[in-house]
Amino acid sequence: MRVWLQHHGLSLTQTLARLARSPLATALNVSAIGVALALPLGVYCVLGNLESWSRNASVDPQLSVFLARDAAKAEVAAVEARLKGAKGVSSVRFVSRDTALAELNRASGMEEVIASLPQNPLPDAFVVRLSTSDPALADHLELEFKSLPKVAYVQADSAWVRRFDALLRLGRTAVALLSALLGLALMAVTFNTIRLQILTQRDEIELCRLIGATHAYIRRPFFYLGSLLGLLGGLAALAIVLSGLTVLNRDLGDLAYLYGSNLHLRFPNSNEMISALLAAVALGWLGAYLSVSRHLLEADRD
Amino acid sequence: MAIISLRQVSKRYPGGFEALRLVSFAVEPGEMLFLTGHSGAGKTTLLKLIAAIERANGGAVLVNGQNVSALRPAAIPYLRRNLGLVFQGQKLLFDRTVFDNVMLPLVVTGQPYREAARRARAALDKVGLLQREKANPVTLSGGEQQRLCVARAVVNRPAIVLADEPTASLDAAYADEIMEMFNAFNQVGVTVLVATHDRQLIGKYRKRVLTLDHGKLQ
Repeated sequence: MRVWLQHHGLSLTQTLARLARSPLATALNVSAIGVALALPLGVYCVLGNLESWSRNASVDPQLSVFLARDAAKAEVAAVEARLKGAKGVSSVRFVSRDTALAELNRASGMEEVIASLPQNPLPDAFVVRLSTSDPALADHLELEFKSLPKVAYVQADSAWVRRFDALLRLGRTAVALLSALLGLALMAVTFNTIRLQILTQRDEIELCRLIGATHAYIRRPFFYLGSLLGLLGGLAALAIVLSGLTVLNRDLGDLAYLYGSNLHLRFPNSNEMISALLAAVALGWLGAYLSVSRHLLEADRD
Repeated sequence: MAIISLRQVSKRYPGGFEALRLVSFAVEPGEMLFLTGHSGAGKTTLLKLIAAIERANGGAVLVNGQNVSALRPAAIPYLRRNLGLVFQGQKLLFDRTVFDNVMLPLVVTGQPYREAARRARAALDKVGLLQREKANPVTLSGGEQQRLCVARAVVNRPAIVLADEPTASLDAAYADEIMEMFNAFNQVGVTVLVATHDRQLIGKYRKRVLTLDHGKLQ
């Protein structure tokens, strides 16, 4: 066990020394991996932000329920009770036809036109706020409310929610595709880096095989190299994304201030950062595995 | 029981060149013997078959009773840990010290560091390179480099040492020195098989000599 740990410690220090010995090549490799990872990670973060904004958007999803003009007081109360009892409804506000007319009067400045009307043309209405922006819920409630007695018309402003949702879904698919492609790129970078390293250490590997080194022994330092490249690349990607978000936040802060709101991009949380790093390490390891296995297979064949 | 035994071994390279043809012999534990023949006679091929660097096309190569030609790839490292190899072109590593070069077989086989360091120094002492342990092998003379290869081959205390032209490109004094070392290892019980075309050197020892001629044992 101690020997085994000693072996691993030795492999790790040798690998670190090897990376430190060629700082330029290491920096270039790490930044190539970093940029490749930063793209999907950055898009993922921005998407996550858009999603949370859409959830807490100041324009809550709401339904306007217009009643028939001939609805009696008792019928209005019955509808109100049904609306308040429905699942997914956060608040119900009653707008009487008189209030609506007064509001219209104030807002439109068409007092003369309105005054010339023989009677108030507006119906009583309820403004129903929904607790979530789930488009399915909005659809469901719209149908349900339409079927209530004395309800003339239900207007849903959930269309934008649905469009936004579809856009986000598209974005998520794009992120998945981008991640897969750039993950492949990361693997290719480590594969080639390790291949080069194998070629420069060809004599040493050949010699180790002759003096009884197992495949596991020969692979070990390259696994470390691949994983380390992945880890450093992942850290570089996080650095790129975090500094990018910081810069964007500064500009966004100015913009939001002008609009009197407090808008900012959320940073990825620690879970997301750790998953990104682990994925980078795993891909680096995989690239190294493929590279060394290929070499050992070739060497076994001669 | 023979420690190495070859039975009707043939080796043909792709392209049809027949390096060995129906070679049979046995080596007893603790024996020292020479393998000689013109260049291209198959000496190197024969040693490579014993070390499982190449595989025979026919016959059986037995080392310690194991058929080397039928060994799984994963078992080959463990076979080689019993062999000390001094092969031509088996390079020293010039990116590390003399001491680290000798340490390599012990590191590879997972010896604890302190014990390994002790054995590496003992091996360097035996070949007279202990005071050069911190030097880079590139600063050593040809004879010293060859001695370093010998130290690396025996540091693991193998039961068998295989040497392929260990004295080639050395002048007579250095060659004698190297051969004396093999003789000394043999005297403490190590089985030694030396391939060489230097008949003068062979004549100094009263050992069994196997002669290969165009892949056939004479």
